[in-house]
Amino acid sequence: MIKTKSTYWNTNLKYLALLLIVWFVVSFLFGIVFAEYLNQFKLGGFPLGFWFAHQGAIYIFVILIFIYVYLMNRLDKKHDVDEV
Amino acid sequence: MSAQIWTYLLVGVTFFIYMIIAIVARAGSTKEFYVAGGGVHPIVNGMATAADWMSAASFLSMAGLIAFMGFSGGQYLMGWTGGYVLLALLLAPYLRKFGKFTVPDFIGERYYSKNARLVALICALFISFTYVVGQMKGVGVAFARFLNVPFDTGVLIGIGIVFFYAVLGGMKGITYTQVAQFCVLIFAFTVPAIYISLQMTGNPIPQVGFGSKGTDGVYLLEKLNLLSQDLGFDAYTSIDKENLVNMFFITGALMFGTAGLPHVIVRFFTVPRVKDARISAGWALLFIAILYTTAPAVAVFARTNIINTLSEKPYAEVPQWFTNWEKTGLLTFDDKNKDGIIQYVADAQINELTVDQDIIVLANPEIANLPPWVIGLVVAGGLAAALSTAAGLLLVISTSISHDLLKNYLLPDISEKNELYAARVAIAVAVVAAGLAGLNPPGFVAQVVALAFGLAASSFFPAIILGIFDKRMNKEGAITGMIVGIVFTASYIIYFKPQLGGPGLPENFWWGISPEGIGTLGMILNFIIALIVSRFTVAPPKEVQELTERIRTPRGSVSPKNNSH
Repeated sequence: MIKTKSTYWNTNLKYLALLLIVWFVVSFLFGIVFAEYLNQFKLGGFPLGFWFAHQGAIYIFVILIFIYVYLMNRLDKKHDVDEV
Repeated sequence: MSAQIWTYLLVGVTFFIYMIIAIVARAGSTKEFYVAGGGVHPIVNGMATAADWMSAASFLSMAGLIAFMGFSGGQYLMGWTGGYVLLALLLAPYLRKFGKFTVPDFIGERYYSKNARLVALICALFISFTYVVGQMKGVGVAFARFLNVPFDTGVLIGIGIVFFYAVLGGMKGITYTQVAQFCVLIFAFTVPAIYISLQMTGNPIPQVGFGSKGTDGVYLLEKLNLLSQDLGFDAYTSIDKENLVNMFFITGALMFGTAGLPHVIVRFFTVPRVKDARISAGWALLFIAILYTTAPAVAVFARTNIINTLSEKPYAEVPQWFTNWEKTGLLTFDDKNKDGIIQYVADAQINELTVDQDIIVLANPEIANLPPWVIGLVVAGGLAAALSTAAGLLLVISTSISHDLLKNYLLPDISEKNELYAARVAIAVAVVAAGLAGLNPPGFVAQVVALAFGLAASSFFPAIILGIFDKRMNKEGAITGMIVGIVFTASYIIYFKPQLGGPGLPENFWWGISPEGIGTLGMILNFIIALIVSRFTVAPPKEVQELTERIRTPRGSVSPKNNSH
């Protein structure tokens, strides 16, 4: 029981780390720090860095939450800690 | 029908709907009053959270702000959405598992300290009150311009409406009213954007439209970049390199601040289960993203339209909307070289046109010649945005007083009936106080919103995160961290805000970080101090460590007695 609990929590932390890295990269790095470099590429009429800051980061934020929900619902079931 | 009649009609109909919902969904118990009974469907809660979150500022001011900032405006777009990822992943599920009603509840129990609860309570009150005054002002401005009533009367009508449904309905009434308000505001924001996108690019989706080619076959953004540069402005999509560090910190402060705002966090106490709290944050962000991805498109359309319609045009031939807005003083023309032609350029010496960013969204339908009902719709949407946010904030204020202050601090023996009564009186007093402050807003109100986000980021965010993820965190660490974070952030903001009487000059900003972004540094400081202090003081009691353990798994009760394991 103790072991399952710590595996559950460690897996959760692993998911969090991965998803938050993506969160940081698409906004703070792509949308700000490397925006200048990315602006030389075009997505239709959008310079890419500008697109991340004004559109792309937001879409990815939404997707990240739904991925987390999916992963955690699966993990809750696997460790038998899900709610009725 | 004229725009005036449409406005009266649409505002009247939407207000009537809010009233009906409030009567049907009135609260009968403290649990219904504080957290809508805790049985709200996650999609419904997502919509209510979105309406709660999107304020008069998001609806009326943000697109205009971006239109004049270009690339750097992305700090608001990313900053006011990215916090929901933190909420969904790091806060909402655990706070839902913890149960209870408020953020000070969590801080007080996790840090086994009445003083911690009091510090949290004062922060929650301060943050919510400064925020709500701005909403009341927004209501007054919208009424004054479109219903031709004086500003004061506008604020009074706003007080009356919020008073009615917040006092009656509590969180339950507010939640279902917010769902209706979300529908009104999102429809009102996207309809004009779709119209204008079709007009300018032939694409009905504004998010795609502003990256498409215009009717002349040139990419809209390329055209706007050229137009801007011709007039001496920076290209719209170009990056302001001197401002990058500041943009980084402002984006951070807004994200961490969002995740620490009590009126947002409390919404996740209203859903039935932990998994509902997670997905509810996803729905909330999805609904918010509809407006937040449309706003930058509106910004580009409006900026292009303003330059095309006004630059180098004779003043005698300006369209009707120009004359209408001139009367409000938010749009001014000063013919410096007396040639009767509008010079709109970057050089302040020669520039003759000033456009207040707040009129962009409201004037946009008129600028683009849209039918009069669209104008009425936008006004109804702006009011929905302001009222829904105001109601959510007022609820936090009343809960803080009746639940955190009375029930858990001063009068622990108060009966449920009296507590509910106290909650209603508190919200009534808060509505009137916020309205009066909104009538006569001290000049610093707009400035203290930075303070609200900074304080939320530098106080609540680290205290809650550490309370969940660090079992060893004790009250000494958390309280020291919160106090250092708040004092540091507040001092920096006050020192560098001339509007708050501070003597600091922008050239002395630390690493170029403006007061709006300092919350990020305050937050980091809070984390470091709390971790160090906690390691040199005694570990938290065993029950508290067990509580931390229990909020980490969805199933089971948080109280040790009836744990289902």
